Parts: sequence; structure tokens; C-alpha cells
Amino acid sequence: MSTQDIEPLDIERIREDFPILERTVGDDVPLVYLDNGATSQTPEQVVDAIVDYYHGYNANVHRGVHQLSQEASIAYEEAHDRVAEFIGADGREEIVFTKNTTEAMNLVAYAWGLAELGPGDEVVLTEMEHHASLVTWQQVAKRTGATVEYIPIDGDGQLDMDAAGDLVTDDTKMVSAVHVSNTLGTVNPVSELADLAHEHDAYAFIDGAQAVPTRPVDVGDIDADFYAFSGHKMAGPTGIGVLYGKEHILEAMQPYLYGGDMIRKVTFEDSTWNDLPWKFEAGTPLIAQAVGLDAAIDYLEDIGMERVQRHEERLSRYAYERLSEFDDVEIYGPSPDQGRGGLVAFNVGSVHAHDLASIVNDYGVAIRAGDHCTQPLHDTLGVAASARASFYVYNTEAEIDVLVDAIDDARELFA
Amino acid sequence: MGPGSDMYRQQILDHYKNPRNYGEIEDATFSHVGENPMCGDEIRIDVKLEDDEETIAGAAFRGDGCAISQAAASMFSQELRGKTLDELAEMDRDDVIDMLGVDISPMRVKCAVLAEKVAQDGADIYRGELDLEKTTTEEDSEDE
Repeated sequence: MSTQDIEPLDIERIREDFPILERTVGDDVPLVYLDNGATSQTPEQVVDAIVDYYHGYNANVHRGVHQLSQEASIAYEEAHDRVAEFIGADGREEIVFTKNTTEAMNLVAYAWGLAELGPGDEVVLTEMEHHASLVTWQQVAKRTGATVEYIPIDGDGQLDMDAAGDLVTDDTKMVSAVHVSNTLGTVNPVSELADLAHEHDAYAFIDGAQAVPTRPVDVGDIDADFYAFSGHKMAGPTGIGVLYGKEHILEAMQPYLYGGDMIRKVTFEDSTWNDLPWKFEAGTPLIAQAVGLDAAIDYLEDIGMERVQRHEERLSRYAYERLSEFDDVEIYGPSPDQGRGGLVAFNVGSVHAHDLASIVNDYGVAIRAGDHCTQPLHDTLGVAASARASFYVYNTEAEIDVLVDAIDDARELFA
Repeated sequence: MGPGSDMYRQQILDHYKNPRNYGEIEDATFSHVGENPMCGDEIRIDVKLEDDEETIAGAAFRGDGCAISQAAASMFSQELRGKTLDELAEMDRDDVIDMLGVDISPMRVKCAVLAEKVAQDGADIYRGELDLEKTTTEEDSEDE
């Protein structure tokens, strides 16, 4: 089936699954939620799954022989299988639950980076990295004596892959790149980056926080060594993230956190470690959140990730075109024709992004304003902050029109 | 004009577009800088004291940032004139919000109080009660 044949979403029906979308804000204006890049709303099906867990089989996992513990353990373990299947991993051994993408990044930075990096080694990032990856590798490099290099972006917000070819060398041990930029909307050639890393015996870590919620992702096709994303940006609950790692690499890594559940045998003198993925999941894990994430994946697969991607692209194109009607609007990142995730970051004339966000809030419109955890990228763009509208399965063109009208008001106020 | 925009009443927009006391005081008694990382607002305040070393003869500011932070700095620079350092030290965020005359949404209070914090820290440093290179509004976000 070509992508042209993909049936558009039945947005009215989808919106019914999200009660929050019916609320009003401020002076009784309907909510227009366009801050999905920060966190998405949660459908009733996901909330229900969490309620079912607490009402029906709440228990700690892996510790009891009683029935509730068994039921909770099975649900928790099967959530790993569900995630593995969703992103094309080989099995639960490759799926570690963390609290978010940032923690997944830190897990690898601590458990692998601190052990393996040293003076002379290089970590190659991109100029559009989120602080989750940028700060983490920067600080691990400082502690280990490794150096960090950044693949530059061109005027369209695309990676300079020629420069990448020069930057990744035999000294490179890790290439860590964002899949879809949370600021530029750029969809990076992550498979090419992984190949480049592998040519030099380096690992590739892909930050999929904005990608997994909005498009089909197959970690095997990408050939990523590590891949990370968060539940709360994909219709799931807060408090759960996923680290995918190739089994043989995770197997060779030492634990990141110590404690219960991650051990096999403990004596006063020493301990040995549990199997994957439990070796990296110390202590009572995020059981309710795992149940919720499982339900969120059901929800998204029910819609179909190709259709989600088409919808995201359609809305980002519409927003890009509507905002481009105004000479004083500067949009960052590639044009829709170059491929773009479901978000648009921009500035309007001399109106500060935070003033803009405050004014459109009076119209019920929730957008993000600030540096979106990409301060160095904003330095590169030459601005302190930007406004960002980001879309999800329940958003409509009409909501983007509300945003554009609200921007008009801001423009008038500041004229 | 659309709904609300209560935070952006004429007075604030006027001070933002035509800031008062914008610039520097060459023979300032003390100067201090601060930032509000949330909005990327930056402000530098110069204060000139009277011969009594207690009363503020005048203040000037330079800065860059959102309308709330810059308008507040402009209005605050006017407020400072004639105040003593003790009176400055006693001011709090309610004084700034009263001065602005509008409801400031909780997320934007830090923008509003930046100028006040910079002036207060600057005065404390001048009096040897504080050692600080740059004021930031981030610390008090924790206890809000």
C-alpha cells in the first residue's frame, strides 16, 4: 500500500477518547492543546488500564508467589514484550524500562560511558541534540577525558552528512543523535548515522523521544545499538521511558543501579546479576506505568503508526504554510517538502516567545515557549527562545487556525 | 482585540516599547546583572546613591527579554528613585505586582521580579552582605 492510500484519521472519534480536550481554560475558552512535543494527552483506554491494575491486581512484581503478584509480574513482563514488538526489537531482553528518555540516556552514559570512555576517545553528537543527550555526554566526557564533537546543521536545519563523515573517525566510540529534532522538526538519517558509526566500530545511540510517538520505528532497520523514548509523549503515562539496547551490548554492561530485583545471588562479600532486562531495573519498578504504556501502544497500533505519521505531516505542513503567510514569522528547520516531524518552532517579529505563549494562552492555545532544552541549538539559530506548536492524533487544522488568529492579536498588541 | 490579554495592558506595553531610564549611569555607585533562565531575560541595573550613601539618586537598566521583564525593569527603575537601600531591601514580589497593576500568571512571576531581585542583590553586594556574580531567578523557583 502506498502512503497515498492511507485512510486519514477519524479525529472526531479520537477526540472522544480524550476527556481533557473538552475542558476550557481562562475565560471559558476551549482548550487548544498544541504542546504535544512536551507531553501528549492520555486517552481513556490508557487511564482505564491503569485503573484496572490498581483495582484488580496491584502487587509488587517478582517477589510473591501469591496470585496478585503473579498477575502483576506477568503484566509487567509482557509490557516489555509489547514494546519490543512495537519497535522491532528481538525480545524483552533488549527492553529496559526507565523513568524517561533522559534516564535511558544516563543509564548508558554511566554504565557504558564511564567504564569504556577515556582520553583520546570521541563522542559525536549533533548540534540539534536535546539536553538529555548533550549534557549527559558532555559531562561523561569531562569525567573520562573523552572529547565531544558536534555534527553541524545547514541553513535548512539538516545535518551536514559530509561533515559527519569527517567527524566520525576510528577514535569515535559513540555517535548519539536525535531521530526527530524537538525544535527543528528535522527527521535525521539515523540509519546512515548508525552505519557510519559501525564503519568505525562505534556504537549508535538514537534519541527517539519525538519519533516513536509519531511514526513507525524499527530499531532493527535503523541498526541502532541503543534507542530511547518516553511513554508520556505517546499517549502513555508519565514516569516510564524505554531503553532499547542490543542484547550482546547490554549483556556486557555492568548495572547502573544496584538493589533488589537486579541481583541473582547475594552474599556479604559479593553479588551476581539477574538476567536481562532485570539487571538494569533495580528496586520496585514502574508497574502501573508499564501497564499504561502497554495500553498506549495498543491505542496507537489501533490507529496505525503510518496513519499517525501522515496526520502529523499533514498538520505540520498546514501550520508551516499558514505561518509562512506572514513576513514577520521566522520558522526554524526544514520545509515540509524536505520531511518534517509534527511540530513547528518559530518566532514572530520582535515579540518574545514567552509573551507570545502568554497571549495565545488567552485564546486557550497551549504552546511551548523557551529553548525546548536545546540551548546550544538556539545559540546557533541566533535566538534566545522560540515558540513551538506540536501536534498529535487529536489535533485539527481548525486548531492551527485558532493559533494563527491568536498570533495576529499578539502582533497587534506589540505593533 | 481578542479575549483577555490582561497581562499586556497598555501601561506594560508602553514601558516595553518606550523603556524609561534605559542605558547606563557612568558614575554608578553599584551595578549588578541578573538573568531569568526560563525566558532568557537579562538585565543590568546601575544605581547611583546620594552623598548619604543610603538614598537612591537614580537608576538605569539595560536588558533583553520578554515584555514583562523589560517593562517591570523600566517601571522599577522609576520606583527606585528616592528610596533608601533599606526600603529597597524590604520590597517583595507583591510590591512589583502592585507596581505592574496586572495579574501576572504564576509562570511569569519570575520575569516580573527579575529587576527587583537584581537591584536587591546589587545593594547587598555593595553593602558587603552578599557575594554573587550574577543573580538568577531559578533558585526561588524551587520554593514557590
